[in-house]
Amino acid sequence: MLSKAVVTELVSICGRERVLTEPEDLIGYSFDATAALPRRRPEAVVLPVSTEEVVQVVKLAGRRRIPIYPRGSGTNLSGGTIPLEGGIVLVTTMMNSILEVDAENLTATVQPGVIVQTLNDAVASYGLIYPPDPGTVATATMGGTVAECSGGLRGLKYGVTKHYVMGLEVVLADGNVLRAGGKTVKNVTGYDLVKLFTGSEGTLGIITGITVKLIPAPEHRRTMMAVFDDLDRAAKTISEIISHKVIPATLEILDRVTIQAVEEHARIGLPTEAEAILLIEVDGIREVVEKEAAVVLEVCRRQGAASIRAAETDAERDELWAARRAALPALAQLKPTMVLEDATVPRSKIPEMIRGLNDIASKYRLKIGTFGHAGDGNLHPTILTDVSDEEEMARVERAVDEIFTLALQLGGTLSGEHGIGMAKAKYLEQEFGPAGVEVMARIKHALDPLGLLNPGKIFPPAQGKILSQGEAGVKEQTPAAREGLG
Amino acid sequence: MKLRDLAVVRAEIDKCMKCGNCQSVCPIYFETKKELGVARGKLTLAQAALEGELPVTPAFAERLSLCLTCNACVANCPSGVRFDRILLAARAAAVKACGLPPVKKVIFAGLSHPIVFRAGLRSGRLLQPLIFKRHPRKRANYPRFPLGLDRRRIVPPLAVRTLREELAEVNPPSDPVLNRVPNQVSNQAGQAANLTPDRAASRPARPRMRVAFFTGCMINYIYTETGRAVVNVLNRNGIEVVLPSEQHCCGIPVFVSGDMGTARAMAASNVRIFAGAQIDAIITACATCGEAWRHHYPELLEGAEEAEQARELGKKHYDISEFLVDVIGITREPGLAGAISSMGSTGTVGSTGTVGPTTGKVTYHDPCHLNRGLGINRAPREILRAIPGVEFREMANPGRCCGGSGSFSLSYYDLSMDIAAHKVADIQKTGAETVVTGCPACRMQIEDALNRHQMPQRVLHTVELLEMAFEPLHDESRGIQEPRTSAFHRFLLR
Ligand SMILES: Cc1cc2nc3c(=O)[nH]c(=O)nc-3n(C[C@H](O)[C@H](O)[C@H](O)COP(=O)(O)OP(=O)(O)OC[C@H]3O[C@@H](n4cnc5c(N)ncnc54)[C@H](O)[C@@H]3O)c2cc1C
Ligand code: SF4
Ligand code: SF4
Repeated sequence: MLSKAVVTELVSICGRERVLTEPEDLIGYSFDATAALPRRRPEAVVLPVSTEEVVQVVKLAGRRRIPIYPRGSGTNLSGGTIPLEGGIVLVTTMMNSILEVDAENLTATVQPGVIVQTLNDAVASYGLIYPPDPGTVATATMGGTVAECSGGLRGLKYGVTKHYVMGLEVVLADGNVLRAGGKTVKNVTGYDLVKLFTGSEGTLGIITGITVKLIPAPEHRRTMMAVFDDLDRAAKTISEIISHKVIPATLEILDRVTIQAVEEHARIGLPTEAEAILLIEVDGIREVVEKEAAVVLEVCRRQGAASIRAAETDAERDELWAARRAALPALAQLKPTMVLEDATVPRSKIPEMIRGLNDIASKYRLKIGTFGHAGDGNLHPTILTDVSDEEEMARVERAVDEIFTLALQLGGTLSGEHGIGMAKAKYLEQEFGPAGVEVMARIKHALDPLGLLNPGKIFPPAQGKILSQGEAGVKEQTPAAREGLG
Repeated sequence: MKLRDLAVVRAEIDKCMKCGNCQSVCPIYFETKKELGVARGKLTLAQAALEGELPVTPAFAERLSLCLTCNACVANCPSGVRFDRILLAARAAAVKACGLPPVKKVIFAGLSHPIVFRAGLRSGRLLQPLIFKRHPRKRANYPRFPLGLDRRRIVPPLAVRTLREELAEVNPPSDPVLNRVPNQVSNQAGQAANLTPDRAASRPARPRMRVAFFTGCMINYIYTETGRAVVNVLNRNGIEVVLPSEQHCCGIPVFVSGDMGTARAMAASNVRIFAGAQIDAIITACATCGEAWRHHYPELLEGAEEAEQARELGKKHYDISEFLVDVIGITREPGLAGAISSMGSTGTVGSTGTVGPTTGKVTYHDPCHLNRGLGINRAPREILRAIPGVEFREMANPGRCCGGSGSFSLSYYDLSMDIAAHKVADIQKTGAETVVTGCPACRMQIEDALNRHQMPQRVLHTVELLEMAFEPLHDESRGIQEPRTSAFHRFLLR
């Protein structure tokens, strides 16, 4: 529990309504969308409405050595918002104003709590879009997606969040406010601090303002679905489409386990004996789109797709998308616990990756469904299990280890879009090597010497300890010890 | 009892993958932006209680009261989590652990004893002019002094005669209700012409169907004109309408608060009362009452003596709009054909000499419990589109909750009005002069919200607008007219 004095100060900063300390309210911030993590209640939750309030809260936390956990909508999949050490969860959902839409410079400036879809709705009337679209567009905040550098279903053609963030306002651990970047397309003044904070998962500072790039909305699109009886052919199709100089906005894959789960869950008439389904969408200028769609269909045919469908209407498009949308919830229904990974490999290694995943599944006697953004190599191997089954969870852990080793062997990465958080921290060194981790640790130390910003995330716990002990005289404080501090 | 079975709720809770999708549709979360506003947060609170992490306390109950039971989360949950069931189970647990809050205790004791309830509302009616000051423009009252109601709130007056006092228990089609309504003789010249005894006599004497009308409290005590419209429209279609006089509150307000014992007793009593009647269908015009008959009674009474009867009656239940469209068959071409021909008319009704004498721009609000609860959203629109002269304009997000939700608006009036403000804005954008909806509770909320925003639109039940098509209180220059209110209503408002 925080002392009365701290709570009183928080209330004097944010007002009674926006400081939560009752256990019933704190429960709501003890988890996020990550499966199989125990709940951890914070000691207080604050919901600031302005940068100034954030500054005040951060300064107070610094004085009292209280950890702060930034949180948007709490939809991340890597345990990024779990308040491991109690402390204060700082929620940005009430900082939700769109400050400006600049149609001339094709930018928008928002507060961090704006929901991604809300921004898209607001710029639609200018004929513009903000392309990064994680599966959670309708819920995730701009701050959360920038902090995670979220990807989404259009990553192949349009890139991910970091390709759109042009400027940031960040409240640093000492309470100073940093402004980096701006509206200019070109900017090489100094280090690229915007990129540094993008994807920093709340460990380097609290993002309080974001300027993003917008692009003209594509005028036309075509959606297609191809079913394959052979995984290799599906994989070949992916690389063939791209080698024919077509870059689809969306190029998604569902494997057999996923197809069967979706069919069982949603009954939409998918061929359950198929090995893979590809969902492909091309968009852009009408004439170009029609040409590209013809190329895609031709490639699918030549690769021997068992069946091919192209949507003629919006309703048909929705039908084709239904399978992809249902993938995650359908898999979630099969077993009590779902461990969702996002190991990513170069596109050309997709067949090897999927086969490797199948081998791992049989080796450890696990059910693994794989779906995801095949076009950019970002797969979501999803292990279906039950946390209460200790023996199986041990196998799951070993399988996850192997999945990451496999991805790295194939020249890939631990996480394509979900972030490291606490879930993948222990694998960090495997990818970065000691030198890489050391560089990151120094950056972290320089910006957050007391280790108060989202402690326990990205860096493995041991690393985190070293960090906080590095600062003379400041040890990790237990909540009780903290009370003694000024 | 199934709903209280911990294991069932636990399975439901376990289905939740904490994805947060419910945030994108929850009207409470839109306003509060706090995790305990949305299904995921309340569900996790219930989970924590089940797992013994937290005791069930009044604070727990209070968090669970922060829900409109609009079921938008249920409809949008990718994992199919029945949050409604979890909420009820958790509320029931709270009632068991800490009892009902004192105010609800008194109200529910009243609701569950029809005689007390009726007497209570009656005395309310007599005191009404003292307590409320009349709103200058609308048929509605502002509270004069706080009665636990918010002072800014306008509340429709209680009818001086309840619907069931006003109408006979049996209303055969040859005896249209309109003939007996006190204010029938309107000041609009020529308007009585369509209801001459001649015409009445020309209607089929033998009813083609016999239905029971479950009025519910709001229609019986407040919006009696809706009830008259139901009986009238059905009569005009050759259907006999019975209003079993013993019927009482559906009990859903008690049910959603978690007082399962009382709710079950009320369900059983209503089922016994209606099981006796020889009827083809049970009709409701209130979305919540409809849900009671179709879903909640059969579930609540599972294993009880009345279980079989409850299931049978549930199958016979129709919302009035659904009954008119799907059973009677109101069709668009040629304007109201089904309904009109069944009254033996050739489509020359009223002083204008044409069918469908209502005009004006109309928009429709989907009550949560009708739309998501009973899956009824097509029928009311078909009715509106079938009325010639009505220009139907769909509003944005017609299915978004208006924020009323029974006692929620009493406990959280400001929040409730913040939620309603979005509805008001959506209504305004349509340019409609009349808002139609299918539930008296939504009507009350929308009337109140429109008033607060100083908006001129009037709110009607679907069946009232339809009744006007039969029974034109029509004046070209003014569009759709106010529905008939009782003479006493008018007296009260003078
Ligand atoms: C069903 C489902 C589908 C998903 N699909 C995708 C997908 O396709 N692609 C993808 O990339 N992700 C996906 N995700 C993951 C998730 O939606 C994203 O990670 C999203 O960016 C999280 O946004 P949020 O607002 O919920 O952030 P939170 O979960 O609240 O926070 C995420 C991280 O950002 C930090 N943070 C939040 N706000 C700030 C701030 N203002 N300043 C500094 N740090 C901050 C937090 O500390 C935390 O570390 C999916 C999740 C689910 C549940
Ligand atoms: S949408 Fe459903 S599964 Fe997702 S958090 Fe809400 S209740 Fe749980
Ligand atoms: S029923 Fe409505 S108000 Fe209640 S949690 Fe679900 S969406 Fe929110």
